[in-house]
Amino acid sequence: MAIQTLLGAVNDALRTAMRRDESVLMFGEDVGLKGGVFLATGGLQKEFGKERCFDTPLSEDGIIGAAIGMAMNGMRPVAEIQFQDFIFPAFDQIVSEAAKLRYRSGGQYTAPMVIRTPYGGGIRGGLYHSQSGEAYFCHTPGLKVVIPSTPYDAKGLLLASIADPDPVLFMEPKALYRSVKGEVPEDYYTVDLSTTRTVLEGDDVTVFCYGAMVPVVEKAAAMAAEKGISVLVIDLRTLLPLDEDGVVEAAKRTGRVVTVTEAPRFCGYAGEISAIVAERAMEYMEAPVLRVTGFDTPFPNTLEHHYLPDARRVIDAIEKVYSF
Amino acid sequence: MTYTLDIPFQMIDPDGASTGAELPNLTDAELRELFVHMQRVRTVDARMLKLQRAGRVGFVGSTVGQEASMIGTAAPLRVTDWLWSGLREGGAALMRGLPLGEYIAQMYCNAHDTAKGRQMCNHFQHKGSNYPSWSSVIGTQIPHGVGAAFAAKKQGKDEVHTIYFGDGATSSNGFHSGMTFAAVWKAPAVFVCIHNGWAISVPSAAQTAVARWTDKGIAYGVPAAEVDGNDVLACYNAMQVALERARAGEGPTLLIVKTYRMMGHSSSDDPTVYRTAAEVDPWTKRDPLTRFAKFLESRGILAEGEAAGIERELTEETDSEIHKQEAAPGMPLRSLVEDVYSEVPRHLMSQYNSFIETAERHGEAQKGDGAFPL
Repeated sequence: MAIQTLLGAVNDALRTAMRRDESVLMFGEDVGLKGGVFLATGGLQKEFGKERCFDTPLSEDGIIGAAIGMAMNGMRPVAEIQFQDFIFPAFDQIVSEAAKLRYRSGGQYTAPMVIRTPYGGGIRGGLYHSQSGEAYFCHTPGLKVVIPSTPYDAKGLLLASIADPDPVLFMEPKALYRSVKGEVPEDYYTVDLSTTRTVLEGDDVTVFCYGAMVPVVEKAAAMAAEKGISVLVIDLRTLLPLDEDGVVEAAKRTGRVVTVTEAPRFCGYAGEISAIVAERAMEYMEAPVLRVTGFDTPFPNTLEHHYLPDARRVIDAIEKVYSF
Repeated sequence: MTYTLDIPFQMIDPDGASTGAELPNLTDAELRELFVHMQRVRTVDARMLKLQRAGRVGFVGSTVGQEASMIGTAAPLRVTDWLWSGLREGGAALMRGLPLGEYIAQMYCNAHDTAKGRQMCNHFQHKGSNYPSWSSVIGTQIPHGVGAAFAAKKQGKDEVHTIYFGDGATSSNGFHSGMTFAAVWKAPAVFVCIHNGWAISVPSAAQTAVARWTDKGIAYGVPAAEVDGNDVLACYNAMQVALERARAGEGPTLLIVKTYRMMGHSSSDDPTVYRTAAEVDPWTKRDPLTRFAKFLESRGILAEGEAAGIERELTEETDSEIHKQEAAPGMPLRSLVEDVYSEVPRHLMSQYNSFIETAERHGEAQKGDGAFPL
């Protein structure tokens, strides 16, 4: 097994999928010769040719619209949206078309496709290179929304997404692209798209998180451990459809729940976790269910390190529910 | 390079006489068949409007006046070609193999509807003749058709993807991205703009400042031609040229098919609010069926009075299917949560179970609507 970065694991997954299945195509803006602005598609055009890894005209609406047509006619398209912030011209195609095609056609037509896109802050990208828009898409029945936080999961979840019969939005935490490393099997494998991952076992407080917030929460959990608080950390990894039973189970185990996201708070994913816990595990709760999130503002630039939840904010919330 | 294709605008004048342009190579029987298809579209349309007025179906996008544009352009397609549609191409699907019973089932949104009653009326699909499901959002099917054409080329499939939309859709994102991508990719696609003058209440003049609609192709590098959409043979001929270009690897073509929407946008629309009789009247004289019937009669392909007989037969055929569909059941409740994903996920099973519990308590659940085992 090789040690890889999360970015390397994404590249590895694409390469593995394209070697296995000729119908897999990788396209988007600058993904060809350049290999993508983050180099996620580096070397793919060299190995598979312009026929299978190529640049498109600069239109997200066109990229996703065409990907849907390709998927409906026998291909397995993997479309890259260069930054998740640029996805909104394609919002209609994702929400009205890809996500609803199976349902509206009574199962006669489907769009098995993957949209890969880097999301989140931490690179001083300002308000158009930093957003976490998962909540918009998690409100869309018919779509799957997946966010990895480790190289192992990045490869296994991406391969599972490409093999999935339904459209998948695969959001890559760009802050972790090069900052996390881990063992990644060289062969083909998949990670199930309907389970959470236990990052750390614990008995006192449950913290739910995903993507770039996972290492932040791990750090907070280590700080909590020093104070004698044992934290159960759950990486949700598939946000839609969510493993609700897994969430409820993990919440019941400690009776104290915190959810950490870097997205804005209002109507965000953390609110959904709070609601599920309130509906299904209220009688187990020993404390209010808390959220640690970004602010309800556009994403800042120079002050991004204050906007993004850090271990201090997470440990504060952990202590608050622990001592309630 | 010129981007305007040299294609006759008209082959039959409004009085049914030949304009002298070389006609498509069709036998008398094929010409008569084209007329029958056009008449079927009109007959079914009239029946659906009656059903709508009677409260039996909810919504009809009438195609009166557009029969030639739809049948003429779709007739030269091969079975393997695809037709990406908008609201008013259901008649083309009928010609290409959509069973009339399925068409009417879709209008009733009943259990015989292949879309399982999920779309509102008048949203046809037919997998057998490559007529994909479409959404009500304008222009979104355009890049789909282009992507599918690109995929066909990649897989070496001998298919042309014909993409239908109205004049209003030329203002949409989908038109822009679809034309852009198709031209860059030299995709085997044909863009068929059924220019019927109106997007609900907004006239075509309010969609663009270009004087010649074929100019819309120039900036994309897509050759274009304009044809008389009330002349079925001119439509047929233009589509043949566009299909040949696509099959020869010459890339996409834009056809501007000039016709007129004689009725409102839909059965829910009153066009007298926004247009005058003076505008509509001249189009009555350009009626595509009358024109083609005169042409066929002048050549002895259709006997005098034969058209009326065809109409009677088609009405009977339609009514018989309507009776069958009237009796069809509605969709089972469980279809509420099916086909959202390839398998019903657990959270939808729970939502359904909780719903069915309530329905059972109120005596509203049907047989076979049972809860999922969880």
